[in-house]
Amino acid sequence: MTSFHWAIAGIWGLLILASVIVFVISKRSEKDVSELVQRTQSWWVMIGIFTVAFLVSPVISIIVFGLISFLALKEYFSMIPTRRADRRVLLWAYLSIPIQYFWVYDSYYGMFAVFIPVYMFLFLPFASLISQQTDGFLKSVGTLNWGLMLCVFSISHAAFLITLPPVTDGGAGGPGLLLFLVFLTQFNDVAQYTWGKMFGRHKIIPGVSPNKTWEGFLGGVGTTFVLAVFTAPLVTPFSLGHAAAIGLIIPVTGFVGDVTVSALKRDLGVKDTGSLIPGHGGILDRIDSLTFTAPIFFHFTRFFFY
Amino acid sequence: MLQKIFYIFIKIAVLFLLGLNVRRKELLPDTGPAIIVANHNSHLDTMVLMALMPLDRLKDIKPVAAADYFFSSPRMAWISEHVLGIIPVERSGADKSIDPLQGCYDALEQNKVLILFPEGSRGEPEKMTDLKKGVSYIAERFPDVPVVPVFTHGLGKALPKGSWLLVPFFCDIFVGDAFNWTGDRATFMTTLQERFQTLSKEKNFASWE
Repeated sequence: MTSFHWAIAGIWGLLILASVIVFVISKRSEKDVSELVQRTQSWWVMIGIFTVAFLVSPVISIIVFGLISFLALKEYFSMIPTRRADRRVLLWAYLSIPIQYFWVYDSYYGMFAVFIPVYMFLFLPFASLISQQTDGFLKSVGTLNWGLMLCVFSISHAAFLITLPPVTDGGAGGPGLLLFLVFLTQFNDVAQYTWGKMFGRHKIIPGVSPNKTWEGFLGGVGTTFVLAVFTAPLVTPFSLGHAAAIGLIIPVTGFVGDVTVSALKRDLGVKDTGSLIPGHGGILDRIDSLTFTAPIFFHFTRFFFY
Repeated sequence: MLQKIFYIFIKIAVLFLLGLNVRRKELLPDTGPAIIVANHNSHLDTMVLMALMPLDRLKDIKPVAAADYFFSSPRMAWISEHVLGIIPVERSGADKSIDPLQGCYDALEQNKVLILFPEGSRGEPEKMTDLKKGVSYIAERFPDVPVVPVFTHGLGKALPKGSWLLVPFFCDIFVGDAFNWTGDRATFMTTLQERFQTLSKEKNFASWE
């Protein structure tokens, strides 16, 4: 077994430990904990899918991320106000997903980096004006472009990691970096939530997300930081300094991503972005922090190592 | 057999391209006699309701649809009857000697589940129009048969009337509690109208203009 496999085994160990704790809580607690149980069950499914994708081939992982982008974009378009005249434009936006993930598969960094922010962002407004309906044009262009940014461009950075070659002989390379990013981002979500539930008192940004607290935020940052420092040598080429820096960057940007999607939901008056993942809500609820951590982590890694 | 194969594809397409958010699926009757009453925005309405049913129950689920549209040509009629399992209803009612709803009565007597769209036409997508009274005649004749209201949202965005371009959207399917014949047609129609009202207010839908 390589250190990469040990890392995956460690994640399963954590999941089993968490499931045992949730089981004990559900037996002892008199309160309704069915949502917590559902959440845990959904984690089994999600971690199962990721493990299979990781172990089978990078291509499967890229396809899985493409599907995540598709589901997230579909959730976004279903949630926001759209114009009937823009039906065709939405279809173009969806079509950018296979193309963007093809650049990932092809490791064509130059095109990967500009396809959405240059070509799609210029093309979609044009596609939209063809219907000659200018009422709500600006709002439509703004919302569609931002949807592509969050759901497709950002998330595809996570997938691009997997195509990166190992920096040192025998290193875990791209798959290790992707595992590190996704694990820390998701773990940080859970850690911030758990710290907040247990010790949360002082609200951090009540106008956007009333359940978020300073205790949850700082507890999450601390836990993720420690975990990043300890797991970085297993799957990444990071030195202690790099690991410490990214151990702060991931939880902080993850938090920002989370509250950004919260602001969007609050504006639209919805509680969850969807109902795809039992106990969690929609897929955007699950990947909200990843929409920020993925590009930031990618460029951090690229700047120092590639 | 043909119908099963067709709906296996539909189930996959509905799950992948659309994605459904179904509330209270357990209230949806898959054994008859029963009447499912839904609002009508798109050709997808029937497909989606059928796709929610177990495959081996499909032969007993009968969508009721306009004869002038679905039985307009021999080829269309064959597909409508054998694949979609449609019961035709004459909208114009040219021949007064035959009750246009006779097919519905027969089906209920054979313990089938009817799917009715009392708006009559798909109309403007995602806007409900007045309900046609046909459903109340059926309920009056079968006062013990449960009537299950189903409100759908989003299908008219995915495939509105007049378009062949399917654009993916998540769709909401809200199933309401079953109710029975109320004693007279007017109160029955108001009850039905109110049920739809309540279901449609369960969620703030994104505007679509």
